Amino acid sequence: MLSSRHIIDIRDLTTDDIMSILDTAESFKEVNERRIKKLPTLRGRTVINLFLEPSTRTRTSFEIAAKRLSADGVNFSASTSATVKGESLADTAATLSAMACDLVVVRHKYAGAPRILAKHMDAHIINGGDGMHEHPSQALLDLFTMRERAGRLEGLTVGIVGDIAHSRVAGSLVPALRAVGATPIIIAPPTLMPARPDVLGAEAVTSLDEVIGDLDVAYMLRIQMERAEGMPFPSVREYSRLFGMNETRLAKMRSSAFIMHPGPMNRGVEISAAVADSDRSVVLNQVNSGVAVRMAAMYLLLGGEGGGGAA
Amino acid sequence: MQYRTKATVMDGEAISRALMRIAHEILEANKGAGNLALVGIVTRGATLAEMLAARIHEIEGVTVPVGTLDISFYRDDVAIRPNPEVHTTNIPFDVEGRDVVLVDDVLYTGRTIRAALDAIMDYGRPCSVQLAVLVDRGHRELPVRADYVGKNVPSSRKERVRVLLEGHDGVDAAEILEVEGGE
Repeated sequence: MLSSRHIIDIRDLTTDDIMSILDTAESFKEVNERRIKKLPTLRGRTVINLFLEPSTRTRTSFEIAAKRLSADGVNFSASTSATVKGESLADTAATLSAMACDLVVVRHKYAGAPRILAKHMDAHIINGGDGMHEHPSQALLDLFTMRERAGRLEGLTVGIVGDIAHSRVAGSLVPALRAVGATPIIIAPPTLMPARPDVLGAEAVTSLDEVIGDLDVAYMLRIQMERAEGMPFPSVREYSRLFGMNETRLAKMRSSAFIMHPGPMNRGVEISAAVADSDRSVVLNQVNSGVAVRMAAMYLLLGGEGGGGAA
Repeated sequence: MQYRTKATVMDGEAISRALMRIAHEILEANKGAGNLALVGIVTRGATLAEMLAARIHEIEGVTVPVGTLDISFYRDDVAIRPNPEVHTTNIPFDVEGRDVVLVDDVLYTGRTIRAALDAIMDYGRPCSVQLAVLVDRGHRELPVRADYVGKNVPSSRKERVRVLLEGHDGVDAAEILEVEGGE
């Protein structure tokens, strides 16, 4: 069992919790490679995916995870939720509680929404991404992928490159890396750097080329092209030239170093197509790990609170 | 709850002899080792499966494939039981059409074996599934029986039966434990 009833912030989890999730995910990874990818583990439990912001990969990943554990999954999207009719989040929580669900995965455009749900519900809550705050399950699957590729987490130097100021991925990944003994470095132009990088707890650098040779992992964040008009840099092209991962930069990295990206990728902006498709990229491993890690998180949250046992 | 050893019901030699007998029984019942595979239920069942495979090789000169099975995700008490330590299942052979011998250390309520049967079926359709246990302590809650038993050990539900194996515990033994300070 985990020490926390919810996974809302990565800081809700102790280092032991994080390692427990990663170790349990190893077993689920094996399940996902079987012919019959289904376990009876969470039969009779109800998992609600409350996605009040667009999402494809995270929602699908959680949905598959719940199905593979035999949980009953129900999906609410922004368009099907009563929140569009003006229902408050507290009322949504009360409604879901009345349906006796066991776990709610919530994605919301406002930071703090999962915490409000947790306050008003008995169910376990997993934060599937809230505003610019956190995305803890993404950080967990990223750690899993790093450990799988590098064989360790402790001592890794991970450069997180891009829009750090607005990134919930970075918001979870930086403390997660620190918790497992890795060294995060945040790399961004000054205009995409948080006002207080020291609060995040990582060394802040404004030149990717300055540190590229020191990195074991380059984690490229997505530039939100839908916001490119209002982006605080002169042009996407210039950003790509200074902070994009391309073959020239990849050649300057350690031979064991690899590239990550939370997806969806803007090929040619933060990562070139050649790098994205190379064997140094573990982007698809991240997607593959996502299901196993989310299965582990659900299993460990919904595990029992009492004794008993078979033999 | 603290437990103390009440009695040692099998020592290393008794375990070794029992495993040799079970190996012979398995070979006799299956007319050799040609279609056999052993699957040990983690953790000590997996070690016992390796020990049995070594004895079968000693008797027959055949290397029987051995797999390990973690039944944590198949238990019927996930909702009421704290998460056990999870181990990885590793079945490096096709179970389809094979005579699979499940191996465990202690047979008690039968619920672990029920879970193991569900788990093994997810890997394919064996020709047969048999069960070998080192200790059968009784108190079945499901219609499960072992085909091969090292020793029947009548016990009280208040007691625990513990198998120790050299690879895990530095010694081979089977013990009955009672609650510290119990009558």
